[in-house]
Formats: sequence, structure tokens, C-alpha cells
Amino acid sequence: MGSMTITEKILAAHCGKQSVEPGELIQARLDLLLANDITAPMAIAEFEKAGAKRVFDAQRLVLVPDHFTPNKDIESAEQCAVMRRFAQKHKIGHYFEVGEAGIEHALLPEQGLVVPGDAMIGADSHTCTYGALGAFATGVGSTDLAAAMISGETWFKVPESMKFIYKGRLGEWIGGKDLILMTIGDIGVDGATYRAMEFTGPVIRTLAMDDRLTMCNMAIEAGGKNGIIEPDEITREYVRHRAKRLPVYFTSDPDAHYAVVKEYDVSELEPQVAQPHLPENVCGVSEITTVTIDQSVIGSCTNGRISDLQIAARVLEGKRVAHFVRCIVIPGTWEIYREALHDGLIEIFLDAGCVVSPPTCGPCLGGHMGVLAKGERAIATTNRNFVGRMGHPESEVYLSGPAVAAASAVAGRIVHPEEVL
Amino acid sequence: MTIEGRAFVYGDNVNTDVIIPARYLTSPDPARLAEHCLEGLDPEFLKEREKGDIVVGGKNFGCGSSREHAPVALKAAGVACVVAKSFARIFYRNAINIGLPIVECAEAADGIKRGERVRIDLTEGEITNVTTKQSWGFAPLPQFAQEILAAGGLMKYAVAKKKGS
Ligand code: SF4
Repeated sequence: MGSMTITEKILAAHCGKQSVEPGELIQARLDLLLANDITAPMAIAEFEKAGAKRVFDAQRLVLVPDHFTPNKDIESAEQCAVMRRFAQKHKIGHYFEVGEAGIEHALLPEQGLVVPGDAMIGADSHTCTYGALGAFATGVGSTDLAAAMISGETWFKVPESMKFIYKGRLGEWIGGKDLILMTIGDIGVDGATYRAMEFTGPVIRTLAMDDRLTMCNMAIEAGGKNGIIEPDEITREYVRHRAKRLPVYFTSDPDAHYAVVKEYDVSELEPQVAQPHLPENVCGVSEITTVTIDQSVIGSCTNGRISDLQIAARVLEGKRVAHFVRCIVIPGTWEIYREALHDGLIEIFLDAGCVVSPPTCGPCLGGHMGVLAKGERAIATTNRNFVGRMGHPESEVYLSGPAVAAASAVAGRIVHPEEVL
Repeated sequence: MTIEGRAFVYGDNVNTDVIIPARYLTSPDPARLAEHCLEGLDPEFLKEREKGDIVVGGKNFGCGSSREHAPVALKAAGVACVVAKSFARIFYRNAINIGLPIVECAEAADGIKRGERVRIDLTEGEITNVTTKQSWGFAPLPQFAQEILAAGGLMKYAVAKKKGS
């Protein structure tokens, strides 16, 4: 048996083989499937068209209405109704209604639905988020999901792995978002296409789970099939009271093969910003001078977790959002919302003049709750800044971590957090 | 399987947000999606599109969201095939699954201009620019992918296979 990476080991374990090699086509058993209010209706239509009568295991399908919810119009309500009726009919174990739902990729790890060692697919490209737990997770389309709903399996081409090693000490205000933006800036938006991105090194070993989730979340922005981090004590601590199934901890062999190895010293890294209209247009915040903003969005599956809100609150406490600027704060889930309320963060946001939205994807995909007009510009803690992503095709999105987004809301232009403190 | 049509040519990183903006994802109806296909990138496409058109892109075509609505919108808008230097992973899978032929060929992507006529032989792996009479070879899709395309998509393929066995 040859040496393997963590990605290869998880895939081997799910296709009943001792070992697998990059390039090999495998049929893998899946631990969990996910779909949302945009992708589930299409998957359900395919499932029914194929004449399927039942889901292979109703406990292993998770349905989360999060993109256009609470529903913004009649059409999006109809889509949620399709999903709700399907969940009722097939007794889907994990259907989350508005009021208990949240952004899917914040919700699943928090609820312990995905656990270390899993192989799973989701009909959403940011399914790669769960690699932070040491799971193999990747995004697919609705038809692939529909087929897996019937069989509990899917085919994969075993990806080559790339190893990213982070060394040094993280400066103040630097988090997972800055590490991943810097990495995408280095390798480009197709720098990891079809490949696994494994994040490791001393910086990762001390990085909190929220930041790890942020990093793996954006693997897709480099074209990656999955992002992954070997589980350690931080992982075990995170899943201890959450895991709904038994975790299995895989690690990479020391002599495993990597197509590419990249090493970064991040001690001097400053907060990173991706300029329009690609996540690879990355620079340090100090390189951006006088870029005024109309809106700041703090939320999404990338940076809508409690530690993100804590950082934003640290910057916003006792300050006011600049005149003529909208600052929209979106806790990723109700658990995060409740914790933010309990810890006084919500009050800090309200005092600063922010609007606090219920958990939803909302403006991240230009859906609702903060869509941009022609010519407007936003800074956002989200993951994509493509043309028209947050609204009008002639609007602009800059991407950053929560510290820069909060500071920019106060300054009315994109700034380093120190500038407003 | 041979396809012939007129080319619409775009650059690198044509992402799913410009193929079909998220604000139109409130409906999965292909005809509705087709009405907004590529509208942010090239409003002229919607005015000029005809059945059988061929979209040509640079590298990383279809990057971004997993929305299957993107290949569905292209197909419903009449696009018969997408030729690109490279494809993003999920788009590649989705296109085959819904029965939209795709071809990876960097030389052809560089050698075709907007409005030129293009013929593609999917089985033999050959693209011809009918206007300039240039041709390029490409590696045909794997057999099972060709069968899925011929059946009109993964689900139709699976159902047909089940009936046949
Ligand atoms: S928050 Fe944005 S990126 Fe994340 S799942 Fe929602 S729409 Fe997609």
C-alpha cells in the first residue's frame, strides 16, 4: 500500500479499496448529501423524472432553505415550497425551516451533521468548506445530487493534491480570510482546478476552527475540488459536543505525493483585499487608496461565524458607520445570532448604525437584503466579486475579512482597521 | 455527433454569475433562464442568439457557483456546444449531466472569431472553422460521457440503461 494524502485516504475508505491514486475513477459511498432552495428544486425534479420513489437514506440528506429566505418573492417561495413538500413526503431527517436554519455551510459543521472522515457532496460549490474538519466534501450540480439521492453514491476522479504550508506568526487583524485571499492571489482562480488543496504548517495548527472553515470555503475560488486540513486537537475539541455520527480521523502520510508544494511565511502579511472582478485580484489593504464604498456586508458562509462578528464588533464598538454608507451584518446561523445577542455584539452593531439581518445568503449572491444599484461599490466578507455578483452589472465588490469590512464602514472608504481605532 | 453553428467568442473566467445571474434563479424554468443568459457579459447575445450557436471561451469557463442553471440556460438559449481552453470542474460535470456538449481545445479557442461558422465532430474529435477553413483536433470525451450526451443527459441515460438491462 503506497503512501497517501488525507484526501486519497478518505476516498479509498469510501470505495472499499486499500489505496487509490490520482486520476483513478472511483464509485464512492457518500455519508451525507446537501441541497438548498436554489439547487434542491432542480434535483427533486430530476429525481422524480427518473421515476425514483425513495431517497436512499432520508437521514443522510440535508435540505437548507437559505439563499432567498425568508422568501423575498412569490417565485422563491414556490421553490421553498417544493423543497418543504419533498421533505415532508420523504421524511427527510434534516430539513431546517426559517427560524432554525442558517447559511448551510455555517450550519452543517455547527450542528455536527458533517464529521471528520466523511465523504460528501452538496449541490452548492462552497460545500468544500467542510474540509476544515478533515472531511472530503465537494460541490456538484443538481443532476449529480439527484442521482446520489437515489443511489447514495457518486463517481469521482481522485484529485491530485497540492500542499500549502503556512509558517511564521499571524499579525494582529490577520485571519483565515487573509491567508486564503493571499493564496488565491498567488495561484490564480484556476490555480487548483480539479485538485485538492491541503492547508498545513505551524500557522494552521494553531488556527481556530472558524478560520479554517473560512479557508476551505474558498478553495473553490482557486478552482479546487476540495480544501482540506488534517484533524488535530482543535478539530476534536470542535466536534466533541456536536458530532451526530462517529468521526474518523485521517491524516496524510509524511511521504505522500503532492503535485505542488507551496510554502509561505506569513509574519509580514497585512490584511488582504480582492479587487473587482476576480477573487485573484488580491493586494494588501495599504495598496488601496481612496476607494470609497456605499455598502459593507459582514456575513456569508465565508465570514458569518461568531469570531467574525466579534472582530467586527471590536472595530465598531463606540463608532458610527459613515454617513451615506450601509453596513449590513448577517449572523450565519441562529446559534451565532443568539451568541452575538448574549455577548452584547448585536447592541454594538445597532449603536454603530448597522442593520442586523436574519441568517440568510442575501446580498452575497445579489439575492436580497442589500442588492447594489448601478455604479455602487461594496466591501464584503463574502467569497466572490464577479461582475454583477451583488446586484447591477455595473456595481463593484471588494472582498476582505471582517476587520477591514467593519473599519471601511466607519471610514466610508477601504481602510486598515488601525485607521479607525 | 456533428454540430455546426455560429460562434460567440468570450475571454477567460466566464463565470456562472454572468452566464445566469443569481437574481434569476428563483425559477428553474429553462425558457425563463434562457431569456437572461449572458445578459451581464454580452447583451447582444440575447438579441442575436439562434438555435445551434457555439460559445467559445478562454480558460476556466464556468467557474464559480455549482448552479446547474448555467449550462441549462446556455442550452435553452440555443447553444449547441461550448468550446473553451479549459473548464471549471463543476461546470464540466454539469454540462455533460444535462446534455450540453463541451470541448476543451485551446488552439481552436484562439483561432475562432465572433460570427465565424464552426463545425464540431464530437466523435472524431475535430473542430473546423468553416469560415477560415482551419481545423484542430481534440481528445474526444470519454465513451460514457458521449453516451450520456447522446441520451440527452445523465438521468435519461440512467433510465434508458435501466430499461435496457
Ligand atoms: S453565503 Fe454566498 S457563497 Fe455562501 S452559500 Fe450563500 S450564496 Fe453561496
